[in-house]
This record gives sequence, structure tokens and C-alpha cells, in this order.
Amino acid sequence: MKYHIKATFGTTLRILRQLSHDHRTVAMIFLVPIILLSLLRWMYDDNQMIFNLIAPALLGIFPFVIMFIITSITTLRERTGGTMERLMALPIGRLDLVLGYMLAFGLLAIIQAVLASAVLLWGLGLEIEGPAWFLLTMAVADALLGTALGVFVSAFARTEFQAVQFMPALIFPQFLLCGLILPLNQLPDILEATAYFLPLTYAVEALQTVVSNTEVTGEAWRDLFVVLCFAVGAVLLGALTLRRRTK
Amino acid sequence: MTNIAISAKGLIVKKGKQCILNELDFVVKSGTVTGLIGPSGSGKTTLMRSIIGVQKCKGELSVLGNPAGHKSLRKSIGYVTQSPAVYPDLTVQQNLRYFATLVRSDKMDVKRVIDTVRLTDQRNQVAGSLSGGQMARVSLAVALLGRPELLVLDEPTVGLDPVLRNELWDLFAELASEGRTLLISSHVMDEAARCENLLLLRDGKLLWKDSLKKLLAATKKNDVGGAFVTMINAAEKAEKMGKK
Ligand SMILES: Nc1ncnc2c1ncn2[C@@H]1O[C@H](COP(=O)(O)OP(=O)(O)OP(=O)(O)O)[C@@H](O)[C@H]1O
Ligand SMILES: [Mg+2]
Repeated sequence: MKYHIKATFGTTLRILRQLSHDHRTVAMIFLVPIILLSLLRWMYDDNQMIFNLIAPALLGIFPFVIMFIITSITTLRERTGGTMERLMALPIGRLDLVLGYMLAFGLLAIIQAVLASAVLLWGLGLEIEGPAWFLLTMAVADALLGTALGVFVSAFARTEFQAVQFMPALIFPQFLLCGLILPLNQLPDILEATAYFLPLTYAVEALQTVVSNTEVTGEAWRDLFVVLCFAVGAVLLGALTLRRRTK
Repeated sequence: MTNIAISAKGLIVKKGKQCILNELDFVVKSGTVTGLIGPSGSGKTTLMRSIIGVQKCKGELSVLGNPAGHKSLRKSIGYVTQSPAVYPDLTVQQNLRYFATLVRSDKMDVKRVIDTVRLTDQRNQVAGSLSGGQMARVSLAVALLGRPELLVLDEPTVGLDPVLRNELWDLFAELASEGRTLLISSHVMDEAARCENLLLLRDGKLLWKDSLKKLLAATKKNDVGGAFVTMINAAEKAEKMGKK
């Protein structure tokens, strides 16, 4: 047990060290969401109501997408660079490795979400009825979900080109159906049903309820729970996709 | 325990329809340096991956008294992959510290292996900026961490100058004298000459699995290179005769 904890934190530390040599990536992780949200503010300068509706949803979507891309590429690099083979010949558990990833990127996700939420609430004048902490929790949960899916999905990519393509292939449909572009009840029945199988739907729903409800509703808690369940599921599947032996 | 580190009986590896390793039988004795030589594409890397347990295989393959790939083996085998498997965006020391955590070893050990592969001056350099030979040495250093019982080294000295290469082979001999077992693949014939025992692989079959001395006697050559060519040519001739 003690070994597994050490191996997990060792992996987290290693990934953070790797990133610390890559200042540009770190800067982009933190700045891109803020810049995009600022752009949105500018676009809806005269329309606070629409801004209030869209901005919280995007606060969930940006970290989700960015973490998904970064993790899927980092994991893929590990798989293709030979270090994964080396790791699989060592005593480290597969779950240790995936959890190490989750912790490292989760930490980045927390910083990213805190920065973006702070700018959104106090810099860009987002008006929400509900508590700020729930907005933040939800944004972090979404980023963790992106991280977990990134690890899982990288198992199905052979090259970095393929990994990048998973973004439009897996994320865009969720984005289109999540209720931001068209409310769920206006979607054709089959698509509406499909939307309830996609994690982003719950993420966006929760973030939008914070805008109009002073209390955290039961529905919002359920949404948070669903997003976390998807994340845990993806972590377990991600660990299973790491193979000790190849054919 | 016995003095057999690795033993294989009817070891088969298939990839797709192709048979990469074809019913290999051999043993590797503990505390020896065994050279794995053979033409490019003969299956050396595949054999080594089978031994460390990351390659699916059929037949019997036992390593340090356990079936290959057994969990308990993960802490007793040091493996150097053919192309250096280290993190290019970490420094030499950061790379080794990470792997040291995973094999339950410590900072002293990291310092020791860095000194051993002569990278003390480069220890704070990012691995990606090292020369090819330096990078290969980082990869070797990782395998030396924790003093594993069995070292499986896939062309560990590629791209190194003769002086350094000689030093490393002295190190390999020293490790063997401490009772460790080394299986080392190589393309360089004067390196093969420093191995007690040789496995000569061609097209997934073993042409030789005995001591170097006996190989030289059997082929009536006085150097490994000559013996190697003789064995390969003889095998080719036999194959052609078989086809006719
Ligand atoms: N995935 C695969 N599918 C089919 N054949 C493969 C696959 N991987 C490797 N091979 C073949 O297996 C054979 C043995 O490969 P291996 O890497 O073990 O050779 P090697 O002896 O290590 O060569 P080298 O000295 O060049 O490193 C080669 O002919 C190679 O083309
Ligand atoms: Mg090879």
C-alpha cells in the first residue's frame, strides 16, 4: 500500500516536473480559458442576460476540452516513446499510474478553474444567484472528467494525429447536444435521449442552474455526481487499457 | 535455488501469421554474461521482451524460477530497451529519481548509477538535449537502479566510443562476478567476444547456444565474427539444400 501511494505521488511529481520544463504549455493552460471568456464578454457587451447563460457553461467546457487534449497526448507519448513499456515491466500498478496522471492534471485543473472562475465573477461581471464555490467545484469536476477521458481514449490512438482527432470526434458531438446550443427539450426525441448518456450534458446543466438558483438544487448535486461517476468510470477503463503484455 | 536464471522450452512467438521465434530451447546460467547475437530482424528484441514479460508467448519460459511475466519478477529484472526509454523533458537526475521511486531505491543509488555511466557532469541536463550515446547511458542507468538480479540489455552500447564501451563491459563482467545474470544483445563482434556464452539467433531459430570457446572450436575460427559468418552461411546452405 505504502509503495502504491509513493508510486502514485512519484508519477504526479514526475509529470509536474515535465510540465515545469514547458512554460508555454503551462501558460496556455491557464490563460486560454481566460482569454476566451473575455472574448465572450466583449461579444455580449450589451447583453448581460445571454452572457450569464453562456459563460458558466463555457467555464465547464473549456477546462474539459483542454485537459482532454493535453492528457491524451501526454499519455500517447508515453505509450509510443517506450517509457510505458519500461513502466509496465516495473512493479508500479496500472491504477497507480492513471491516478498519478489524474492528480497531476487535476492540480492544474484546479488552478485553471480557480483562475477562470475568479476572472469571470470579479473581472468580467458574471452575475450568478447561486454560490461561487459550486461553480468552481463543477469546473474542476469537468476538468477531471476531461483528464480521465484523455487517458482512456489515448489507448485507441496510434499516432498523435489520431489523438488530436478524437477531440472533434468525441467532444464536438457532446458540445452540440449538451443543451447550450439548443435546449434539450427542443431536440428531436432520439437526440434528446442520447444527450442524457453524455457527461457534458450534466456538466452544463449544473453550471446553468447555479446562475438562476440561490441554493444548490438536488438536480445540481445529481449532475455533479453523474459527472464524477463518468470520471471514475473513465479512470478504471483507462487503467484497464494499459497492457502489461502485447501480442 | 538452481543456478539457472532463464530456461526456455519450445518458446514460440507469433505476430500475425509470421512466426518470429520458432520453438527455442535454451538455458542461461546465473552469474554469467550471455551474448545474444544475430542479424537484424532475427528476433533478438522479441526474445528479450518475452523474457521481461511484456511480449505474449507460447511454450515454457521460466525466469529466476518463475514463469516469465510473473509479478514478483518486476522488481528483479533491469531492462534496457533498444531505443532509449527515458523522458526527454526531464533532466538526467529527475529521470533517475522517478524510476528509483518505482523500484524502491534511493537518492544514493541514483548518484551511484549516474557515476557508473559517467554522466555526473550532465546530471542536471535535460535528457532530450543529450547526445545519442549519453541518452543511451541514461537508459542503461535506469536499468542498474536497485541492483536487479537479472539484467536484460538490448544493444546497450550502441553509439558509444570504444573507451566507454570497454568500461561498460568491465562493469558487466563485475556485475556477473557479483552473481548477477546479464543477457546482452549486440551487433559488435568484439563485444560478443567478451561474453562467456552466446546465443546466436537467425530467423527466429537458435544456431548456437553454448560457450564462446566451443563456438570457436566448432567453427575452427579464431574470432567471433568469422565464426558468426560461418554459422550463418552453413545455415543458409542447409536451408537451400532442404528446399531442393
Ligand atoms: N508487429 C509486428 N508484426 C509483424 N512482424 C513484426 C512485428 N514486430 C516485429 N516484427 C518482425 O519480427 C522480426 C523480429 O524483430 P526484432 O525486433 O525482434 O528483431 P531484432 O533481432 O531485434 O532486430 P535488430 O537487430 O534490427 O534490432 C522482424 O522481422 C520484424 O519485422
Ligand atoms: Mg532489436
